[in-house]
Amino acid sequence: MKTNDVILQTTTKVVFFIIFLFSIHIFFAGHYTPGGGFVGGLLTTGAIVLLLLAFDLKTVQKALPFNFTIMTAIGLLLALGTAAGAIFFNVPFFTHAFDYFTLPLFGETSLHTAIIFDAGVFLVVVGSAITIIQSIGGDS
Amino acid sequence: MINLPLLPIILPFLFAILLLFFKENVRIQRALSLVGVIISLIASFFLLVTVKSEGVLAVTLGSWPAPFGISMVSDMFSALLVTTTLLITLFVVVYSFTAIGEEREKFFYYPAILFMVTGVNGAFTTGDIFNMFVFFEVLLIASYLLIVLGGEKKQLRESIKYILVNVVSSALFVITVAYLYSVVGTLNMADISVKIAEIGQPGIITVIAVLMLIVFGVKGAIFPLYFWLPGSYSAPPVPVLALFGALLTKVGVYAIMRTYTLFFVHNVGVTHEILMVVSILTVIVGCIGALAYFDLKQIIIYNIVIAVGVILFGAAQMNEAGISGAIFYLVHDMLIKGALFLLIGIIIYVTGTSNLRKMGGLMKTHAPLGWFYLIAAFGLAGIPPLSGFIGKMLITQGAFQTGNVLGSIIILASSLIVLLSVIRIFIYAFWGEPVELPKTKRKPYARMMLPTIVLVVLSVLYGVGTEWLIPYVTDATDVLLQPSIYIDAVLKE
Repeated sequence: MKTNDVILQTTTKVVFFIIFLFSIHIFFAGHYTPGGGFVGGLLTTGAIVLLLLAFDLKTVQKALPFNFTIMTAIGLLLALGTAAGAIFFNVPFFTHAFDYFTLPLFGETSLHTAIIFDAGVFLVVVGSAITIIQSIGGDS
Repeated sequence: MINLPLLPIILPFLFAILLLFFKENVRIQRALSLVGVIISLIASFFLLVTVKSEGVLAVTLGSWPAPFGISMVSDMFSALLVTTTLLITLFVVVYSFTAIGEEREKFFYYPAILFMVTGVNGAFTTGDIFNMFVFFEVLLIASYLLIVLGGEKKQLRESIKYILVNVVSSALFVITVAYLYSVVGTLNMADISVKIAEIGQPGIITVIAVLMLIVFGVKGAIFPLYFWLPGSYSAPPVPVLALFGALLTKVGVYAIMRTYTLFFVHNVGVTHEILMVVSILTVIVGCIGALAYFDLKQIIIYNIVIAVGVILFGAAQMNEAGISGAIFYLVHDMLIKGALFLLIGIIIYVTGTSNLRKMGGLMKTHAPLGWFYLIAAFGLAGIPPLSGFIGKMLITQGAFQTGNVLGSIIILASSLIVLLSVIRIFIYAFWGEPVELPKTKRKPYARMMLPTIVLVVLSVLYGVGTEWLIPYVTDATDVLLQPSIYIDAVLKE
């Protein structure tokens, strides 16, 4: 049966980007306020799931031609690498570094290595969640 | 190198991640996992030597002060177990090259092993009770993959049981930790020990002690919580079974030994009495199981249950001989169970069945297999000078010192039954009239024999070289019997 889901598809095209941008906002907000890589990743996953609901698996795979397993691996590597960087400075594992920089446009900004770790978490969450959904959804 | 205790955890993790990039390339999978395990093993030997010379190493993650951050603690006990774990993994990985089959190798088999080793080593090393839960989850999730990988009907059936049991026990673990936290207000294991000593272990702590015994007892397969083990462990292929049998139950045993020597030491009359009774029952039930089956896998699996009972019986004595015996026996059991599972894997490969009644006369065609099996069997039963002897001797010595004569006699009698159960395999499989064997190639057989023989030889050396190992085990015993050493190392400054 072919359903008429023009409204869903049209809305999704707009809403997807709103959710995605919001997830990026949450991701960066996580530094001092509630949020972070995990929640951001879940939001992005939510956006992609919405795409999957509105369209179908093949269309989404064409639109987002990533290998999500590799994405998980890259995320893990980023997270582990950031945490393990401490080993080379002979400080306890997971010790982070941060400093204040004056960047053009942003002004004085605090840059923290935790953001790289969080980016890793983000990628792991998106990668593994989508892998699970794709492999369950792709079965039939 | 203040991060040294973390290396045996991080390195397998790193290599597991790298392997995810090369899913289809079996050659790279094999090479990278071999390299990863060897490097981790070198790091763990280095750790062992450092712990020997410098005492307990502790590092608190993220440079937080000790009771607030997550501490990782390597004392001699955990360093010994970490090294043994990586040693077993090395042999199982080499064995898997021929035994596991390309289909599984292409589906994250080696990453799963390395992730599991990450979890096992993490659980051995962590000094934070909640972090221990996290590492338990890491190793369990990897083991879920390993047990279901291949998707045979039996595997699917047993993995549902396995996952259900473990999910329930993990939930109970979190509840118990929350319970403990609400009483002592800390999660750092050294700090918990201090706080419990301050309040002098009231009844509620004893309740938590029993809850912990239940939680870890499910993972470590003590009576009556071992019910899931014989079924679940017989489902996956032999290399996975060897890893599970050698490592996973031992994590539960380690956790019981750690908590029962570090936390719950002020009401030994109740907690350790329960532990002792349960461990004796575990031995008895294991013995019945080991004699009841004609299936190779089941016989050795029930021997895991017996060993768990013996180790915990030693730990329950809370004196020097008992604890050091338990440590000796724990390491011995990891080595010998690994070796035995690899050996029966070869027997199953050669005969094409795991039913003892359908075998016979292998001695005529596969003599080396028979002799090495016999050595491993004698080692398991504890015939001097092989590896099981010293541990069992110390355990019974400790039990006689505390006056648990009946328990010691049961442990000693269980050795005879262990011997009988494994010799039965020898008699049925190697003696008698040769039965017609399915056609198998000699080359995979030789390739599987190589790691197995080395592992058996190592276990023999472990028995013969007891004299050199005594200083290490003494160090491990001291830390367990005097929690202050552990506490001072973590809460220094």
